[in-house]
Amino acid sequence: MSVDLSQFHQVFYEESYEGLDAMEQGLLEMNVDAPDDEIINTIFRSAHSIKGGSGTFGFMQVANFTHVLETLLDEVRSGDRSLNQTTMDLLLVSVDCMRDMLQALQNGEEPDMSNADELRAQFEAILKNEDPSQAVVQPTFSEEAADGSQPPGNENGGDGGGADGSNGWSIDFLPEPQLLQTGNEPTRMFRQLSELCDGKMTVIAKTDNLPSFSNLNPEQCFLNWHIEVHAPIEKSAIDEVFEWVIDDAEINIYPLGEAAQASSPESEESESAPAAVETAAAEPVAKSKTTEDKPKAAQKAAPPQESSSIRVDIDKVDNLINMVGELVITQSMLGELGENFDMGRVQRLQEGLAQLEHNTRELQESVMKIRMMPISFVFSRFPRLVRDTARKLDKKIELVMSGENTELDKTVMEKLGDPMVHLIRNSMDHGVETPEERVKNGKSETGTVELKAYHQSGNIVIEIEDDGAGLNTERILEKARENGVISDDATLSEDQVFDLIFQPGFSTADVVSDLSGRGVGMDVVRRNIAALNGSIEVFSQKDKGSRFVIRLPLTLAILDGQLVQVEDQIYIFPLVSIVESIQYQGSDLNNVGGDSDVLQLRDEYVPILLLNQTFGIQTEHDDLAESIIVVVEADGEKIGVVVDELLGQQQVVIKSLEENYKKVDGISGATILGDGTVALIIDVSGLSKLSVKSMKAINKGSTSKKVKNHKAA
Amino acid sequence: MSAAAQESVEIEKNGSSEEGLATQQYLTFLMNGEEYGVDILAVQEIRGWERATMVPNSPSHMKGVLNLRGTIVPIIDLRDRFELPAIDYSDITVVVILKIDTDKNDRTMGIIVDAISDVYDVPIDDIRTTGVVENKNSNFIKGLVTVEKNMVILLDLKKLLTIDD
Repeated sequence: MSVDLSQFHQVFYEESYEGLDAMEQGLLEMNVDAPDDEIINTIFRSAHSIKGGSGTFGFMQVANFTHVLETLLDEVRSGDRSLNQTTMDLLLVSVDCMRDMLQALQNGEEPDMSNADELRAQFEAILKNEDPSQAVVQPTFSEEAADGSQPPGNENGGDGGGADGSNGWSIDFLPEPQLLQTGNEPTRMFRQLSELCDGKMTVIAKTDNLPSFSNLNPEQCFLNWHIEVHAPIEKSAIDEVFEWVIDDAEINIYPLGEAAQASSPESEESESAPAAVETAAAEPVAKSKTTEDKPKAAQKAAPPQESSSIRVDIDKVDNLINMVGELVITQSMLGELGENFDMGRVQRLQEGLAQLEHNTRELQESVMKIRMMPISFVFSRFPRLVRDTARKLDKKIELVMSGENTELDKTVMEKLGDPMVHLIRNSMDHGVETPEERVKNGKSETGTVELKAYHQSGNIVIEIEDDGAGLNTERILEKARENGVISDDATLSEDQVFDLIFQPGFSTADVVSDLSGRGVGMDVVRRNIAALNGSIEVFSQKDKGSRFVIRLPLTLAILDGQLVQVEDQIYIFPLVSIVESIQYQGSDLNNVGGDSDVLQLRDEYVPILLLNQTFGIQTEHDDLAESIIVVVEADGEKIGVVVDELLGQQQVVIKSLEENYKKVDGISGATILGDGTVALIIDVSGLSKLSVKSMKAINKGSTSKKVKNHKAA
Repeated sequence: MSAAAQESVEIEKNGSSEEGLATQQYLTFLMNGEEYGVDILAVQEIRGWERATMVPNSPSHMKGVLNLRGTIVPIIDLRDRFELPAIDYSDITVVVILKIDTDKNDRTMGIIVDAISDVYDVPIDDIRTTGVVENKNSNFIKGLVTVEKNMVILLDLKKLLTIDD
């Protein structure tokens, strides 16, 4: 039977990433001094599934690495080992390491094993109760294991090494007392084993558990056996012998000679270990050198992973099926009504249609919900980020999150991650002060970064708040003057000052750190959020802290639009981009340098763009008398767009224009209006770029167009 | 030609075709007095002309986009595309919606033509390549074929529809 396993790879990767996230989260939640069993179990289970999965799919590097982790976790779980901070840190690093390995595999590359080998050596040292920092890197055993016949994850053996049993096997057979009652006879099994290896075996019975004669129940088995088989037989053959008693006995099978290494930790602490340790220590010398030579390439930024499948809550699917069921009923009701229709039944028809409308709307809503996922998918990575960053900055910072279950479209979520990372880093680096400073200012030593998500009138709002120093208005102004962003004598309101931090290349940080302060950032954050049709605001109070508020539409598939009319064409502006709309009044317009008009809007001058000119719409009248100027803002710049009329506001479903045609400048997509006609949605930032172009094109536009046509033909 | 088209050719062969030659079905339409043919398997539907929504700054043959059951479909005036003299659209002006496999994905597009003519079984061997004519439109032409003493111009849809990229 040959099944193409590669078809399951994607699922494996996704599950593994989820598992790693769960591990990471568990590790961060864990209190080292009083570990919670439930958390340890979760971490262990995740590690175990990853190991199992990677073994199944032949990713031995991952499987072997995870195995060591699992062994350690298993000991913690069974209470044989206590955790300490070093182990925790190592575990966290190894989560990263596994993620890198998986990503490399997913991209079809050979994972870089240097990190993994280093970590594994440290774990093995911990397992042997040595100091992990002294650990030597053991040679990669992934190679031999990868082509070895025995996958790890084997229930009984529990060894990940390249054991093939060529020396024979050592078997610990520890039956439960009721073994004999199930009709199993140990001597018969030993005889069978003996036949397999031509009698080259020794059986030692251990009588430690034997009760005194008066307490002896002859129907129960109190003996344990240790068997050594001195012949190279298949492990599966041994498994077969014990097949019937697996449930009634503990059976440990090790390849002979390696028994000590793989046996339980208690025995490792005893004197049986030396042989194994020696072999482990002897080989690495040559290998460790090559490992050190390699730069830590694994630290490279991994390509962003946007998975193309989603997991949907079964309730949502059930709900959807219900909805479709109702729709079918309504449809058949209407169908029946239509078959022999007379005017007397108009009433019922209207009811039916109302029902249909209701069903359709509900169906649309629940289909939209399928794409919705709780924002915790983004939030979950932040505890780790805060922990690591705080440590790097020598600050004490606590992260408080709320509203993790707020749901949001998956596409929006994927694009939200980076801007949020940036804002949180900023808050930690620039916002929260050092512990000493905080104490001096009468605050508690530990700073707080608060992350909130909630729904508000069809939008999702995300707040990032810190209780740090707040934005330093004087410093921002000073920097802005230095960089020539504003003139020396400009007076700005507080809001306008705060807005300066979103200017490209603006940074007030005195020291450029690897975290922030390079001045590339806030402008990118704003642009990313604008690309999602969202907005970002900043509030700040000196010495109290600052707060960033991001507002996003729930989904990218639906947009709140303002319909406008230009001649006979209808266009849609995203509502978020509109600042205000004003009636044209001749006196507001000024002409600059003959070509371009500007609108005087209170104390600002806003360039004016005639939509009919920019889009090449035939006009009959040149006069702007009845026109409306829609002032829109994109990339922090305002433009006034002249249209004929404002129509209604409505939610529109965004359709792709590129699917069958191509990208059109100044247009972000299309939608279908209530009457079935198509209306185009305006891309505001594209429009402002286009306006500059069209100004130039007006002079020579017609000729260049014709040339292009000839070429195409 | 797509695999599906090949298949239909096979069916034709076993079925109605008299000489037992491989044939292909073409839908033909009229434009400026000439008859043009497109592979019938690419034809999604034929509909009357209705006003399309203009797309800004597009070439003159691009007449706009239509809503085809929720999909936005661009409409091209084939007369304009071939630089034939333009005529006014009337009630009998027809839009042929075509769906083509391009290298990347399926693309749906509509072409405006004067009127629909007929459906022919064209034996593949009878298709003449257009070596004889060399003009600005010969790129779009797959070949010429004679049906009932009339010449039919067969169009290469892939080239026709991807030209705007």
